[in-house]
Amino acid sequence: MTLTPRPTPALALPAPVLEVAHLTVDARTPAGLSRVLEDVSFALRPGETLCLAGESGSGKSVTSLAIMGLLPKASLRVTGGAIRLDGRDLVGLPERAMRRLRGGEIGMIFQEPMTSLNPVMTIRDQLTEAIRVHQGAEDALARARAMLEAVHISDPARRLGQYPHELSGGMRQRVMIAMALSCRPKVLIADEPTTALDVTVQAQILKLMRELKGEFGTSIILITHDMGVVAEMADRVAVMKAGRIVEQADVVPLFTAPREAYTRELLAAVPRLGARAGTDGPPRVTPLPTRFETGGENEAGEETVLSVHNLSVSYGGARNLFGRRGEAQRAVEGVSFALKRGRTLGLVGESGSGKSTTGKAALGLIPFTGEVVLDGTAIAGLSPRAMRPLRRAAQMIFQDPYASLDPRMSVGAAIAEPLVIHGIGNRAERRERVAALLRRVGLTADHATRYPHEFSGGQRQRICIARALALEPKLIVADESVAALDVSVRARVLDLMLELQETMGLAYLFISHDMAVIEKMSHEVAVMRAGRLVEYGTRRAIFEAPHEAYTRELIAAVPMPDPTRRHLAEAG
Amino acid sequence: MFRTLLRRPSLLIGLIVIALVLAGALFAPLIAPYQPDAQMFDGLSLEGAPLPPSHQFPLGTDTLGRDLFSRLLYGARTSLLIGLVANGIAVLIGLLIGTIAGYFSGLVGGTLMRFTDLMMAFPALLLAIVLAALLHPSLWIVALVIALVNWAQVARIVYTETRSLAERDFILAERAMGAGHLRILVLHILPHLVPTAIVWGTLGIATTVLLEATLSFLGIGVQPPEPSWGNIVFESQSYFQQAPWLVFFPGAAILMTALAFNLVGDALRDITDPTQRGRG
Repeated sequence: MTLTPRPTPALALPAPVLEVAHLTVDARTPAGLSRVLEDVSFALRPGETLCLAGESGSGKSVTSLAIMGLLPKASLRVTGGAIRLDGRDLVGLPERAMRRLRGGEIGMIFQEPMTSLNPVMTIRDQLTEAIRVHQGAEDALARARAMLEAVHISDPARRLGQYPHELSGGMRQRVMIAMALSCRPKVLIADEPTTALDVTVQAQILKLMRELKGEFGTSIILITHDMGVVAEMADRVAVMKAGRIVEQADVVPLFTAPREAYTRELLAAVPRLGARAGTDGPPRVTPLPTRFETGGENEAGEETVLSVHNLSVSYGGARNLFGRRGEAQRAVEGVSFALKRGRTLGLVGESGSGKSTTGKAALGLIPFTGEVVLDGTAIAGLSPRAMRPLRRAAQMIFQDPYASLDPRMSVGAAIAEPLVIHGIGNRAERRERVAALLRRVGLTADHATRYPHEFSGGQRQRICIARALALEPKLIVADESVAALDVSVRARVLDLMLELQETMGLAYLFISHDMAVIEKMSHEVAVMRAGRLVEYGTRRAIFEAPHEAYTRELIAAVPMPDPTRRHLAEAG
Repeated sequence: MFRTLLRRPSLLIGLIVIALVLAGALFAPLIAPYQPDAQMFDGLSLEGAPLPPSHQFPLGTDTLGRDLFSRLLYGARTSLLIGLVANGIAVLIGLLIGTIAGYFSGLVGGTLMRFTDLMMAFPALLLAIVLAALLHPSLWIVALVIALVNWAQVARIVYTETRSLAERDFILAERAMGAGHLRILVLHILPHLVPTAIVWGTLGIATTVLLEATLSFLGIGVQPPEPSWGNIVFESQSYFQQAPWLVFFPGAAILMTALAFNLVGDALRDITDPTQRGRG
């Protein structure tokens, strides 16, 4: 196979399967109508993959729901334009006719394969139901089985009798794809199909979709926020922002010579794996040597802030009321590492590898065995009271900034909370400190009186960072702290974290599943799998000369935001 | 404040009804045309049947020839007292047990919740009869008995909510900052339970008034001739066909009051919730 995507023939374009022309969607709000989609137009040709790329709130999912005729009637309505499938307009088509098209002519797969499968029905029942509805009952079972074989699920005969919870995330997504393709739809809409999956599983699913597209002759609309996935999969790309398509082009020109400023911004914000090759640390963000570096040169990288030796955590196994002992489950086993002032240790691994558990244990938030020395004090077996002074040395930032702020507490009160707990300053001093912290993370002092729900995701994460900084800690554990943010916002939050590290000498235990982010932020990297450290070393060693097969596999599975270097779907 | 009221007509209506009932209860001796337990000769027809509403008796009379309006006004005192006090105590006990059990799961939580289950499984009426028989019946004792019977449901719901709150990241964040258990419970869990407490507190008022009536009917509640809305309904239910007003008016009073508390509770919940601020 070639490494460049198939060029679209300039002459004699085949008629599009699906054409969206000047689509406009309005939302009904208490304040009147507000525009959600404006003048969205694109055409999908047979056998083509079109990616709708954009950040959250750009209107990608609304577009796909409008095509499926699944817009929530109470709030959203198509107010203009046309959606033509094989020349037939779907806007205003009666529900009964639409139902025949859904699943039959247009298939759809969703982000979360667990919630889109019915948990109380077997795989057989769900698959054959989809086939029966559209194509009659004959040999539905045999066809269901053939579909499972087509999506390369292991042991298809056994899977038929199983329930969704018995399958892994990747297998569930394969079943969803089998269901969507079982009636050989002309168009397959995939809404963030791999976002909830681990990177190695994502690579397999992307490969499968590419393969099935050829086999079934389906055209695909792929909705994603991940420019790496776009580069791997797309023939053509439509970049969306605030309900409009800002740029539409073939994938190679879009990546190599983007015309619009927004596209350039979006591409620039994507962390690229290998971008830091040949260097030892994260990029500098402050132009001049900072106070921290000049004031205490010997401080940086000397003082060990956190050292973990032979850490193990197990869940369950506690005696319950009737003295029965549950089966203990080892979440983390024999993990050791050390972290010095002003440095970042990236902890990377797939879901369930125990990286978050390690982070929580390192702060003494969950029971553990082994040795953890935080800022010079061993914390094993310390009472909460004895732990309290140590809390000043280490703070945590969570994945979901909204969930980690008390929704009933104003932002100012939330940031002042650690100061109140540790009895620092009086009311006026604390207010001053909160204002300073807000300014420090790029917000303004008058934000203090507002509540978390009034902020955007990026601003909320800045608030969480301000709260973590309130006690002037030496160590911050950042658990997937940027995973929930859009790429451009993510880049700015990461830069803020780097700047804070340079000026304040913070040490980060940076937990992430994203190899590119880990590469950007870390001095050292630890790779975890199934509760154990697989590989631990300097960032340069891990990324440029990995010893372990698993590390190499992880690195290879990362989609590259560069369509001329496709490697996932085509290499195998 | 006045603008908020105008924007929420349901709150305004609720407040007006509650104010009327409260005024009626407080100023009963001034408003009531007759003594509540005066059995009047002209309060019955010649055949000895109760009289329908008329100019002389605005809401009619009961089977003993007593003025229903006066009895309702005095009954409001008992019913409001029992509705508010008994429910308040029940919600407080429920909150206390529920949050402690939900936050400190494990042995403490398990024991408390098994005890709660035991209370729910035990027939409420039987328990009330035993308690009322042991303690000499009086208004306050009745309120206490009802509270002791009603707290279990509240505790169950509060327990479940606390469990899910305790798992949330912002509680973990508090612990990471070094906050103690008391601080987390009082400042970060309790405020989230206020809506539940308000809804249960107001929903419970109607059932509490009726439970009091049941107890009165069995002779262990409010002692006759002292009127309460509940015992007026219960005394008269067998004459429903002949004298419907005897059941209708006290029933309507219970319904309206309960509804008014519900409306106010609902509005209070929205007003005290900062996450609703700035939303349409």
